[in-house]
Formats: sequence, structure tokens, C-alpha cells
Amino acid sequence: MDYTATQSGFRQQPNMRLRNTSVDGPGDSQLFEDTSGAASGAQAGYSNQPAVPQAAGFPAQSILSDPMSNLAMAYGSSLASQGREMVDKNLDRFIPISKLKYYFAVDTVYVGKKLGLLVFPYMHENWEVSYQQDTPVAPRFDVNAPDLYIPAMGFITYVLVAGLALGTQNKFSPELLGVQASSALVWLIMEVLAVLLSLYLVTVNTDLTTIDLLAFSGYKYVGMIIGVVAGLMFGRPAYYLSLLWCCVAIFVFMIRTLRLKLLSEAAAEGRLVRGTRNQLRMYLTMSIAAAQPIFMYWLTYHLIR
Amino acid sequence: MAFTLYSLIQAAILCVNAVAVLHEERFLSKIGWGVDQSVGGFGDEPGIKVQLMTLVRSVRTVMRVPLIAVNSVCIVLLLLFG
Repeated sequence: MDYTATQSGFRQQPNMRLRNTSVDGPGDSQLFEDTSGAASGAQAGYSNQPAVPQAAGFPAQSILSDPMSNLAMAYGSSLASQGREMVDKNLDRFIPISKLKYYFAVDTVYVGKKLGLLVFPYMHENWEVSYQQDTPVAPRFDVNAPDLYIPAMGFITYVLVAGLALGTQNKFSPELLGVQASSALVWLIMEVLAVLLSLYLVTVNTDLTTIDLLAFSGYKYVGMIIGVVAGLMFGRPAYYLSLLWCCVAIFVFMIRTLRLKLLSEAAAEGRLVRGTRNQLRMYLTMSIAAAQPIFMYWLTYHLIR
Repeated sequence: MAFTLYSLIQAAILCVNAVAVLHEERFLSKIGWGVDQSVGGFGDEPGIKVQLMTLVRSVRTVMRVPLIAVNSVCIVLLLLFG
């Protein structure tokens, strides 16, 4: 496996996995034969010292030609595929895999445009998500749709960059990476739960799902990474400047995105609509957006000393 | 700031226990948060207080029995592993 600390290194792994599963049928039996032949050959070689060369060759051939072991291999592979089916079926009950696949249907152009939006959302005109027969369009075709690819990659990159930053302070140890990761994950979960609770209390009829909220809360990792990297390269003033820029950008991005989803139609278009309900929703939008810069500062200030 | 998932689970269990312990007659009705006071008007939005009361009532109804099991497991784990 490839443990390089770059995003491209991580991105290569799904390709390798896809290639392996496409060569499934003959490839599996090929793997079985190789490992069992080599293992038993090595064991036979170690245990029977005088008959080493013949013992090494003989078990491999017998495993290939023995009908009983053929049967056992076929049974074993059918059992493995049955087990995989059962796991898939049960996993689908807890984690909706088909819904998750929608959030990962991205391509390079979308990721580039979205990252540009997260850092500079001031020129973008149309923030509405386009629909296609009542279902939202995949993120590949609409830059306003939320996705989970950027938050997931951002989270992992944040953990790695935090490890790097702690290393420059001579505080690094491998357990610290796990501590950073679980801390950030806990804050993320608490933020999503708080937003869900406040959405329930204000009785907003919205089509925001939990995964959408997870995606929006995960977009702040991009700004955090930019801030920490700038701080590592150019010192503390650069950290504060870039963090300030990213905080304002995320604030504007969240307000413009959530405004369309949480507020009523009239208020979303910018007209002033009086009434306590709309005011409450506006306060809710602003507080969700204001929580992002707070978290961004809270999770990164201890990395730049 | 060394949060772990386990501390989050502990905090969640404590919070749910706190909500489940609120007694209907002796406490919630006395401060005006009882069940009978939540059936308000038939307007479109119930308001925050009514939503909170509904949330408290539903947490108490749903989580009482699972909380018995979860609390027992937690007690055994804490006794064994400190």
C-alpha cells in the first residue's frame, strides 16, 4: 500500500482496487494457487531438510491437480462471495451506500471549481442547485451541489498537515495523529448534531439531509489547510491573514448556500420579509455560518505557535 | 483538547440520562413544560418551547428501555476497566 502523505497518493488507491476487482475470476484462483503453493513449499522446505528441492516442487503440483482441493477452492470462493453479499446487504441498512455514491460522483473540473468557490465566492451569481425530475443533479454536473469528496479529502489532509505542523514544533508522535483525527471528528459530529437540533427546534421545512449538513460542515477544512500551510511556510502573520481571508470566504459561502435552503422563497431573493419566523431562520443561518470561522480558528491555533 | 469518540459517547449517554430522568408530574408540569400544555394552537409553526417539550417527551418515551441496557453495559465496563 502507498502511505505517501499527498492527496494524489491517496487518490491512486481506489484505482488500484478497481483494477483488482475487474480481474476477479481467473485472478482469484491464480492468487490462491500462488500463495498456498509458496507457503506450503516454504514450510515443507523448512521442515524436511534433506528433501528440500523435491518437497518444494511437489506440494504445488499436487494442489493444482488434486480434485478435492479444486472442490475446496470452489467452495471457498463461493462462500466468500456469499459472505460479501451478506455484508453488503446488511451494511446497506445502516449506511445508505447508494445515497453516498451520489455524493462522490465528482470529477476534476467540479473539484477545481468548488475549491475556487470556497476561497473566492464573491463573483458567483447563481447559487441554486439544479434538479432533474425531482432528484438533485449529481455534483459532476452542477457546481452548487454538495459533495463528500472534498470534505473527506480535506479532513485527511488536515490530519496530515496537523502532524506536519506539530512536527515542526518537535511535538510529533504517531499517536498524536490519531488524537488529532478523533478530536476533529468529534467536533464535526457535535457541530452536525447541533445544527440538526436547531433545525428541528425552528421547524424549518427543508430538504437538507444529514449528509448535506456533513458536507457543508466539512468544507471548512479547505480553509484550515490553507491557513496552516501558509503559516508553516511564511510565519504567523501569513497564517492570520490567510485564515482571515478563508474565514470570511466560508462565511459568505455558507450564507449564500444556506439562504436558498433554509429561508422562504421571498426572503431568499433578498426582499425584506417581516415576521418572527423569517427572522429566526435568518438568525439560524447566520449562526451556522458564524460557527465555521470559530471552529476554523479553534482547530488550528494550537498548530502555529 | 484530546477528545476521543469514547468521550463523545460518554457525554451523549450522560445527556440522554439527564433528559430521561425528568419526571412528568413532579417536575415538568410544575414548570409549565408538561404534556398537557403542549397541545397549542393549530397554526403552522409550533414555536420553540413546544418543540422542546415534544423533544423531551419523545426522548423519554423512546429511550427509557434502551437506556437500561446501555447504562448497565456502561456500569459493568467502568467497574471492570476503571
